[in-house]
Amino acid sequence: MNAVLEFFGRGSLRVIEGVGRFFVLLGMTMRGVVSPPFSPVATARQVVRVGVDSVPVVLLTAFFTGGVLALQTFKGFQRFHAEGYIGSVVALSMLRELGPVLTGLMVTGRAGSAMAAELGSMRVTEQIDALVSLATDPVQYLFVPRVLASILVVPMLVVLADAVGIMGGYLVAVGYLGANPVVYMNNTFQFLSMEDMTSGLIKAAAFGFLLSLVGCQCGYDTQGGAEGVGLSTTKAVVMGSLAILIADFFLTKVLF
Amino acid sequence: MKLTKVTKSFGTKTVLSGLDLTVAKGESLVLVGQSGIGKSVLLKHVIGLLKPDSGTVEIDGEDLWKVSAKDRDRLRRKFGMSFQEGALFDSMSVGENIAFPLTRHTKKTKKEIADRVAECLDLVRLPGIEEKRPSELSGGMRRRVGFARAIALQPEILIFDEPTTGLDPITTDVVVKVIEEMRARLKPSAITITHDLKVAFGIADRVGLLSGGKILVDMTPKEFEESKDPRVAAFVTGDSELAPPEVEPERRKAATAAEAHP
Repeated sequence: MNAVLEFFGRGSLRVIEGVGRFFVLLGMTMRGVVSPPFSPVATARQVVRVGVDSVPVVLLTAFFTGGVLALQTFKGFQRFHAEGYIGSVVALSMLRELGPVLTGLMVTGRAGSAMAAELGSMRVTEQIDALVSLATDPVQYLFVPRVLASILVVPMLVVLADAVGIMGGYLVAVGYLGANPVVYMNNTFQFLSMEDMTSGLIKAAAFGFLLSLVGCQCGYDTQGGAEGVGLSTTKAVVMGSLAILIADFFLTKVLF
Repeated sequence: MKLTKVTKSFGTKTVLSGLDLTVAKGESLVLVGQSGIGKSVLLKHVIGLLKPDSGTVEIDGEDLWKVSAKDRDRLRRKFGMSFQEGALFDSMSVGENIAFPLTRHTKKTKKEIADRVAECLDLVRLPGIEEKRPSELSGGMRRRVGFARAIALQPEILIFDEPTTGLDPITTDVVVKVIEEMRARLKPSAITITHDLKVAFGIADRVGLLSGGKILVDMTPKEFEESKDPRVAAFVTGDSELAPPEVEPERRKAATAAEAHP
C-alpha cells in the first residue's frame, strides 16, 4: 500500500514540478521578449526551420485528412441524401478543428522534437553553460526566437493546411464520389463565417506557443548524455501533443 | 576573487561544505582532487552557474548573488571560461564562436571583430581556421578554440576545466604552452582544474587539493611535490594505498549530476 501511495506521490510531485518549471520558463521567456538584445535574424532562421521546412509534411497531412473527411461524411450523409453538404462539413472541420490540431501535432513531431534534441545536446555538451559564462541569458537566446517563430508560422501553416484540406475533400468528392463541383464549392463556402477562420488561427498561435515552449523546456532540462537527449526528444513530442489536445478542448470551449 | 564558507548540497548529499578560497590578481591556482569530488561544481560556483546554499562568492568585492542579474552578467564578463571539451557552439563556425562575445557585448565593427578573432586564433596557435566548423577539429584544437573564445573579451580571470584531459602528451604540451603564453600576454588570474600534476606544476603559482568539500591543502607547486602529508603524497605518487577512502558513491553521484545539469 505504501509503495502504491509513494508511486502516486512521486508522480504527482513530478507533474507539479514540471508545470511549475513551465511557468518559470514562460516568465523568463516573456522577459526575454521585451528586453534587448533583440534577435530578428535568429527568429527569421527559426521561421524557416519551423515553418518553411514543415510545409511538405503539413500539406500532405491536410490533403489526405480532407480526402478522408469527404469519404467518411459521404458514407454517412448518403443515408439521408445530404451528399451536397459534404463540402460544408469538410471546410468547417478543417478550419475550426482539424487544420490547427493536425498542423500543431505535425509541427510538434517535426520542430518541437528538433528543438528538444538541439537544446538537449547543447546542455550535455556544456554549450548552455558556455552561453551563461559568456554573459548571455540562455533562455532569451534560445527560447525567444523559437517561441516567437512558432507563434508566427503555425497560423500560416494552418491557412495552407485549411486550403489544401478543402482541396483534398473537393478532389475526392468530385473526382471519386461524383459530387457536383458547383454545388460542392457553393456549399463549402456558404456556411463559413470569418469567425471559423479566426478561431482556428487563434488556436494555431496558441499551439505554436505551447509546442515550442514545451520543446525548449524538455531540451533545456535534459540530464545525462545521449540517452537523456533521446528521452527529452520523446518527452517533447508526448508532452507537446498532450498540451495541444488539452488546450484545444478549453480553447474550443472559450471560442465557440 | 573570494569564496567564503561556500556550501552546496544536492538532495541529502553535501558536495561543498564551508569551502574558502581566494585568488589574488594575476595569480594562477590549480585545483586537484579525485574524480567526482566536486571540482567542476566548485568552478560552476566561481562563475555563477550554480548558486551556493550558503556562503558568498565575491568578485572584486561584489557578491555575485547579491547584485542584479544585469550586474551578474557584467561580473561574468570579467571571466573567460574554457570548458572540458571546448563547448563550442556547433551551429557556428570557429570564427563565429570567437566573435560571439564580441558581437554581443561590444560595439566593435565587423572589421575590428574579424581582427580580434584572428588575433585570438594566433595566440592559441591556430591561425586562419575561422571558416572551419567545430566538428572538423581535433580534441586539442577544439580546446584551443575554446581558449580563444574565452580570451576574446580580454578577461581578468581565466578558468580552465581539465584543459588537457584525454589529450596525447604532445598535444598536452602544446596546450600547456598556449596557456603559459596567454598568461604571459594577458596577465589574468587563473583557476585550473586538472588531474595531470605535470600540467599543474607547469602553470601553477599555488596548488590546492580538494577533498571532503573543502580545500585541504593550499601550497606552492614545490611544497606540494615534496609534501609528506599522506593525502598529498597519495596524489603525487598515484598510490591508492595512501589515498583517503574513495569518494562515496552518493557524493560522486551528486557531484556528477550537478555537472551534468546545474
